Amino acid sequence: MAMAETSRKGRRRSPLFGIAKKTGSTLLTIAVTMLGLLFVTFFIGRVMPVDPVLSIVGERATAEQHQAVFLELGLDKPLITQFLIYLGDVVQGDFGKSLRTGFPVWDDVTRVFPATMELATLGTLIGVFLGVPLGVLAAVKRGTWIDQIARVVALIGYSMPVFWLAIMGLMIFYGKLGWVSGPGRVDIFFEDIVPNVTGMILIDSIIARDWTIFWNAVSHIILPASLLGYYSLAYISRMTRSFMLEQLSAEYITTARVKGMSEWAVVWKHAFGNIKVPLITVIALSYAGLLEGSVLTEIIFSWPGIGKYITISLLSADMNAVMGGTVVVGLVFVLLNIFAELLYKFFDPRAK
Amino acid sequence: MSLSDTQKTGLRAWLLTDTPTSRRHARAASLYQAWLSLKGNHMAMLGLGILIALVIIAALASVLAPADPFIQDLGLRLTPPIWQADRDPGIEGYILGSDSLGRDILSRLLYGSRITLYIVTLVALMAPIVGLLVGTIAGYTGGWLDIILMRITDIFLAFPRLILALAFVATLGAGIENAVLAISLTAWPPYARIARAETLTIRNSDYIHAVRLQGAGPMRIITKHIWPLCISSLVVRVTLDMAGIILAAAGLGFLGLGAQPPSPEWGAMISEGRKFILDHWWVATMPGLAIFTVSLAFNLLGDGLRDVLDPKDGKS
Repeated sequence: MAMAETSRKGRRRSPLFGIAKKTGSTLLTIAVTMLGLLFVTFFIGRVMPVDPVLSIVGERATAEQHQAVFLELGLDKPLITQFLIYLGDVVQGDFGKSLRTGFPVWDDVTRVFPATMELATLGTLIGVFLGVPLGVLAAVKRGTWIDQIARVVALIGYSMPVFWLAIMGLMIFYGKLGWVSGPGRVDIFFEDIVPNVTGMILIDSIIARDWTIFWNAVSHIILPASLLGYYSLAYISRMTRSFMLEQLSAEYITTARVKGMSEWAVVWKHAFGNIKVPLITVIALSYAGLLEGSVLTEIIFSWPGIGKYITISLLSADMNAVMGGTVVVGLVFVLLNIFAELLYKFFDPRAK
Repeated sequence: MSLSDTQKTGLRAWLLTDTPTSRRHARAASLYQAWLSLKGNHMAMLGLGILIALVIIAALASVLAPADPFIQDLGLRLTPPIWQADRDPGIEGYILGSDSLGRDILSRLLYGSRITLYIVTLVALMAPIVGLLVGTIAGYTGGWLDIILMRITDIFLAFPRLILALAFVATLGAGIENAVLAISLTAWPPYARIARAETLTIRNSDYIHAVRLQGAGPMRIITKHIWPLCISSLVVRVTLDMAGIILAAAGLGFLGLGAQPPSPEWGAMISEGRKFILDHWWVATMPGLAIFTVSLAFNLLGDGLRDVLDPKDGKS
């Protein structure tokens, strides 16, 4: 009720006021969520029963050396003070140094993130270009064998362990058939040849006009991207089908058919035109899911992305790296979610 | 018509009546009708069948397993499955082949069903209950408590799930119980969202006002009048989530953070078999098929249950 009241007040003022207010509350949401995210990661990082001092000074350090580093890291201060110091550093883009790689975490993360983005983007593209038509087709041919096949395809996608499918894919297409290249982004002797512009090797090799490396990179990325694309396809096709069914049963569709419009125009112009907005939301969510969910895929394909970075750091108790990586992934996830929500509000007049 | 037949029709009639005589009668009748429409869904029944089989296998693993899942026989390591042409015909047993330590894969799979069932049951008990508590309290009280609780829910939703689970397990130490705890911690927020949404629609209905006028306190209203109505949407969601939970548990096992060797956990078995994948495909393939079958069963059943309990298609 309080919400309705404020919006009524807002409407009496200029419409700009409403927009400013909405932007403000969105920014506040992002800020609060990120603060919580930082707090949870920090808490996990500090409770971790691994001694961060030990991994710096080594096991044979004397008690005095140990104590000196302990004080230097500020571990004697109360937890809340430590958190505030960490928060202050993070706001300035300082996530500390990775104990494993020796580089600042921020540099590490910006180096590995494009690799994940490259994989997730390609996966989402595959998911969209196959999943949307499949979903539309399943809705139009509801109850037929096409619908059943689409359903089975999606169900298998929901039920298959991604790491297992990745191993099977490697075994069949790399090991037995030799159609694609194995793990990694490019063959080992092609590494670090093209200048690093975007961090995405497909784009970098196009910029450098090095087609040998480009096609080599394609043969490496095609399998993991198809795998992720399949998972994205499963989700997108189901959602597309459900949105389309809702539209196709609406009365305006009957009217359009009675008027004698072609089935193609009814389906693609009228019904599909109306599901574009919710569909974009779904695609954004699926993209966010691939960005964060490719941990296991990256490990199996030795893909130097953020998921692999976080996991390996975690297993070697490099908490600065884990905290930094998780915060960045969380931030991207939150931003994509909010972007999807805003898009929905912007394009759909009913969700004012 | 024999006596048992009339009794059956008697029970059927009692269950299908339009005029229930007691509360329990009404509840039984509505359950029976839900069961009837679920029974018509072949896919859902297939899923249910697989899950019942899983429970039986888990219970009788010690009887069904042809060999001890932990006994090693290095002389017979990496024996191919029984139908493979390159298998030495002199070898007995090992229907699905043996792993790198010469253990019988079939027996390990059968015993592994216990671990899967154990994880699924614990998570299915923990996550929805936490979500139900948080969601109904937030929805019923409203105001600041609602805002704070939902913010916390959003923060947990914003987390990359597997990474959060990874971090928790790394903090608490590897092991099945900690994997369960970690998965539950990442799984509860959607339930809280659902429970809150249901509570908000129920909260202002007339019968809740009536109960309140009769002097019922918030505790009684939430536990006796709101929870029962949230259950059906939660059940659907839990069944559909089970597949994801099995996959997450297997993923943790695969990374070496779930069940520890020599435990025959399916994800860990895939991880062991990964090293031999190019020459000995069966070691990693078999446990993957087991995981796939069980999570497919949960998905099939969940789909059917959603059609029965929650006719609005699509919306989570």
